[in-house]
Amino acid sequence: MSGIEEQEYSKKFDFGLWRRLLQYVKPYRRLMLLLGFVMVGVAGIDVIFPLMTKYAIDRFVAAGNIEGLSGFLLMYGILIAVQTVNVWLLIAIAGKIDMGVVYDIRKKGFQRLQELSFSYYDKTAVGWLMARMTSDITRLGDTLAWGLVDFVWGLTMMAGIAGVMLFINWKLALVSLSVIPLLVVISLYFQQKMLKAHRKVRKTNSRITGAFNEGISGAKTSKTLVLEKSNLGEFSAITGEMYGYSVKAAVYSSIYLPVVLSLGSIGTALALWFGGRGVYLQTISFGTLVLFIGYTIQFFEPVRELARIIAELQSAQASAERILSMIETQPDIADTVDVVWKYGDMFNPRQDRWPHIKGNISFRNVSFSYKDGEKVLEDFSLEVKAGETIALVGETGSGKTTIVNLACRFYEPVSGEILIDGVNYKDRPLAWLHGSLGYVLQNPHLFSGTIRENIRYGRLDATDEEIEKAARLVNAYEFISKLEKGFDTEVGEGGNRLSTGEKQLVSFARAVLANPRIFILDEATSSIDTETEQIIQDAIRKVLKNRTSFIIAHRLSTIRSADRILVIKDGKVLEEGNHYQLIRKKGYYYRLYTNQFMEEREMELLKA
Amino acid sequence: MGKLKLLWRFMKGSRLRYTGAVMSIGLAALFSFLSPLVIRYTIDTVIGGGNTQLPVVLQGLAEGLSREGGLIRRLLACSSLLLLLALSAGLFTFFKGKWSAEASEFTAKRIREQLYDHLQNVSYDYHVKAETGDLLQRCTSDVDTIRAFLAEQLVEVGRAVIMLTLALSIMLSLNLKMTMVAMAVVPVIFSFAVIFFLKVKNAFKASDESEGRLSATLQENLTGVRVVRAFARQQHEILKFEERNAEYRDLTYRLILLLAAYWSISDLLCMLQVCAVLVFGVYWTTTGVITLGTLVVFTTYEGMLLWPIRQMGRILTGMGKTVVSLERIGEILAVPLETGEQEGLKPQIEGDIEFRNVSFAYEEGKQVLRSISFRAKPGQTVALLGPTGSGKSTLVHLLARLYDCQSGIVSIDGTDVRDIDKKWLRQNVGIVLQEPFLFSKTLKENIRLPKPQAGEEEIFAAARIASIHDVALGFEKGYETLVGEKGVTLSGGQKQRVAIARTLIKDCPVLIFDDSLSAVDTETDTAIRKALKERNKQATTFIISHRITTLSEADVILVLENGEIVQQGSHRELVSQAGLYQRIWQIQNELEKEVETDMEMEQDRGENVS
Repeated sequence: MSGIEEQEYSKKFDFGLWRRLLQYVKPYRRLMLLLGFVMVGVAGIDVIFPLMTKYAIDRFVAAGNIEGLSGFLLMYGILIAVQTVNVWLLIAIAGKIDMGVVYDIRKKGFQRLQELSFSYYDKTAVGWLMARMTSDITRLGDTLAWGLVDFVWGLTMMAGIAGVMLFINWKLALVSLSVIPLLVVISLYFQQKMLKAHRKVRKTNSRITGAFNEGISGAKTSKTLVLEKSNLGEFSAITGEMYGYSVKAAVYSSIYLPVVLSLGSIGTALALWFGGRGVYLQTISFGTLVLFIGYTIQFFEPVRELARIIAELQSAQASAERILSMIETQPDIADTVDVVWKYGDMFNPRQDRWPHIKGNISFRNVSFSYKDGEKVLEDFSLEVKAGETIALVGETGSGKTTIVNLACRFYEPVSGEILIDGVNYKDRPLAWLHGSLGYVLQNPHLFSGTIRENIRYGRLDATDEEIEKAARLVNAYEFISKLEKGFDTEVGEGGNRLSTGEKQLVSFARAVLANPRIFILDEATSSIDTETEQIIQDAIRKVLKNRTSFIIAHRLSTIRSADRILVIKDGKVLEEGNHYQLIRKKGYYYRLYTNQFMEEREMELLKA
Repeated sequence: MGKLKLLWRFMKGSRLRYTGAVMSIGLAALFSFLSPLVIRYTIDTVIGGGNTQLPVVLQGLAEGLSREGGLIRRLLACSSLLLLLALSAGLFTFFKGKWSAEASEFTAKRIREQLYDHLQNVSYDYHVKAETGDLLQRCTSDVDTIRAFLAEQLVEVGRAVIMLTLALSIMLSLNLKMTMVAMAVVPVIFSFAVIFFLKVKNAFKASDESEGRLSATLQENLTGVRVVRAFARQQHEILKFEERNAEYRDLTYRLILLLAAYWSISDLLCMLQVCAVLVFGVYWTTTGVITLGTLVVFTTYEGMLLWPIRQMGRILTGMGKTVVSLERIGEILAVPLETGEQEGLKPQIEGDIEFRNVSFAYEEGKQVLRSISFRAKPGQTVALLGPTGSGKSTLVHLLARLYDCQSGIVSIDGTDVRDIDKKWLRQNVGIVLQEPFLFSKTLKENIRLPKPQAGEEEIFAAARIASIHDVALGFEKGYETLVGEKGVTLSGGQKQRVAIARTLIKDCPVLIFDDSLSAVDTETDTAIRKALKERNKQATTFIISHRITTLSEADVILVLENGEIVQQGSHRELVSQAGLYQRIWQIQNELEKEVETDMEMEQDRGENVS
């Protein structure tokens, strides 16, 4: 939920931030310039139309004949035609810029997300990242393109109107526009108030979403504890607040709008009063009076738009802040310049120079702690020979997962070093190691697409035969061929159309296809039916053969068949050896094993 | 139509406000339409010396203000009148804004609360099957759609209609021919808008769907980041994303180009309309058919009218969304509420429980419980054992009336539970679910939820029994630690323990543990049960568990298979009968044997090596 929640942001205009954003607009500077021209054109014609009316009144009405009306009509027609083209151009160009900028920033953001290390993902919710990549970028693009359009149009038109008025009759112009300073002051005041009120509304709104979420997810619990009434009471308190804030925000804009309009009519009234006198005294023409009246109305139209843009600019700034902070985050783990020079980077790897991985792994005095200072490993050493199967057992939070993540270089040691085939892995490219990993998670993640596509993820150039072979090896072939569309069955989002057991088998096939040198298995605790369990156990045995593997193990059979078991407690190896040796010790492992034995057998008996 | 009735129902309590808002729009429109008439009067009569008149009241006002004055005085009068009209229009615009906001926000509040309340009070079964994401969507976005419809769209349509009517009648009173010219293109503009937005629905949809695919791809990448990294597939992912990214860009740009065509064509139509008014107006003014003032009025009105009409096309086509939202909300509210609340008995409950020939099926024909009969005396502990799907959970759910049985009788102290007030019953029958939900509150608040007046001592006592007291103190903020979605993440076992403490604080005469110690380790499990026994007040307790130690200490053990009680008795009785219980009991022996062989094997291996 925290990803959705509205965050506080700085209220001041951040000049540096917008300058950093400039690089994303740069490719479109020609279009921007063109757009600016078009906008000035649109505003210019908007200013000319009332002038045409003035001309018509002075030339035809006052004179009492319509000679030359056809010429006037032609002129008017041309203006209309130009304006029509202008409007089309402005939308087409602004749209092009909007879509272009959004596309570019998304692309950049996505690339960065592919580089950022796990430590970033550990502390950043997926929901938060989603919001940055979707709504924030959209908002930023909107403001950059359309905000600019309205801004240039509004300012140009206001300036144009003021200019023409001053040119035609500066005294009357000054009188008619004398309310502008007041308008500015009032606008600034209301702007502040409205922004604050809207921020409160958004915050409360996300609280309502949270409350609904809890009310729905916790409904069963509420029922058993008879909390329906008190829950509703708490909820009503929030909706009450929401009502208060929303109405307050609406009231501010309901006051602001009439105030602007009233100020406008003060201008109109002044124009009528002084202009009327001028007409009577014949210092100005009828046409001029009508023009001034029209202009004073027109002048105040963009004020609302401008006020809106300023508000949008603030929230766009907040969006930009969050997006840039994401894009500008440097990955904790990256190849050094030397490594890139020697082995190529992620996008242009020079795989011909990559040495073959045998799979010897050694931890030498490795210490690791998370960013928040929580120490997980201290002075940890471990030698793993190529082809060995290591089972890691211990309680949640003991450090098993950290050891695996360090071995995979998803994290790097804070001190000490990790060697692969005798070389510190920091001296080799990341992709070299990652490309040789097989990683199967307890809750396997599949991508939407067909089963075939999912297995092929392990090796993109694999042929269909190879894919089928991999599926056979891990006993997945049988269930796949039973499906109506076989390997071309869609697995659904996150693979949800398959059962957990089936997903695991597909993920095994995917890993096998990659033919990794190092295999990581985070074993499931979730109960699947006995038959599938047997199949999976058999698959695991085949997959682990001849590969260096780490297993975060829960199932007894897996643990027993490991070459070496490490019992981890508080980041240290408490006991080490194979199953039989550890049983004899009658220590921590013994207790763990006997408990697990009971649980597993009991569960087995109770499976329907 | 039925949907609009629903909306009308939701608007109860704010209908008057809303009517007031609509009337305010009318008045605001009226006043703003009168202003050009004042300008006309000024131009034609005050300055031009003609005899154009203002509507009655205004005429009186103008004359009253400029009584016996010269031109300046009369001009000032007209200007003041103009200002007065603007202020009046402003005042009603304000009322419109305020009242429509109040009405729409109040309606939204009402819908939200009704939804919340309804969802809290539908059956337990509904929530077992519910899809949280979908419900949440309905409770938030759909409510907001309706709110926006009331606050912005409906009001806008109302405004357009009122303005059109007003403008038309004023124009007609001024000049028929001019009115026909002024209205010539308006229907074209309106139909064009409606037809256009109906036609491009698909382009909007294509863009939306493409955006959906973009987010889905992004979401998959982010949740599967470990897989991506483990296979070093970043480049592949980037290409995949780029495809979606470009597709979204292109489809949306296509939509933008359509909109560019729309706005430029409708702009063209509007400008043509204004041009027609101007040219015909000028012609008729020179020929004396209309006055200059009238011409100004017509051009001004045109400017005021065209925008709302263009907007209307878009709003009308967008209204379909509101109907859909109303439908979706209506569906939730149509779900029947749980019955039997606050209408039954509220007896003092001792905890003497009896099931007599109880049968139950979730769906017709699929019996989950068949003719269950047993009795538990106050203070006894009943353990339930059986394979997955044998009906253990269902059985205890019947006791708390989360479901009602279809035949037979479940009774407490001789009273059929169906005669007891549901809420009263649940106050007395404490059930701890297997996957309990913790609220986004502090630990302390979570524990005292069912008993808000509970003091610290009571909370601590419950927490001690549930073996969560020391865990709580271990946190930096102790009992004030925030848990739930926004707080610290507790392990499954810790959550279960908090849920137990929360149930214990109610001091129920009947306690149910629906496999709610499953994630707690064996030792803590034992400690909790020991503490429960030592409590001075013994509740009738039901425990669903697969742990032999837990089962063996119960007074009565029920073994269920396929919804039937196949064995019933104490540990001593069941251990000597062939059956599930005995088999589980024997695991211990198996373990001992297995460990023995394992040790021997090690000895052999050791000898072989040496």
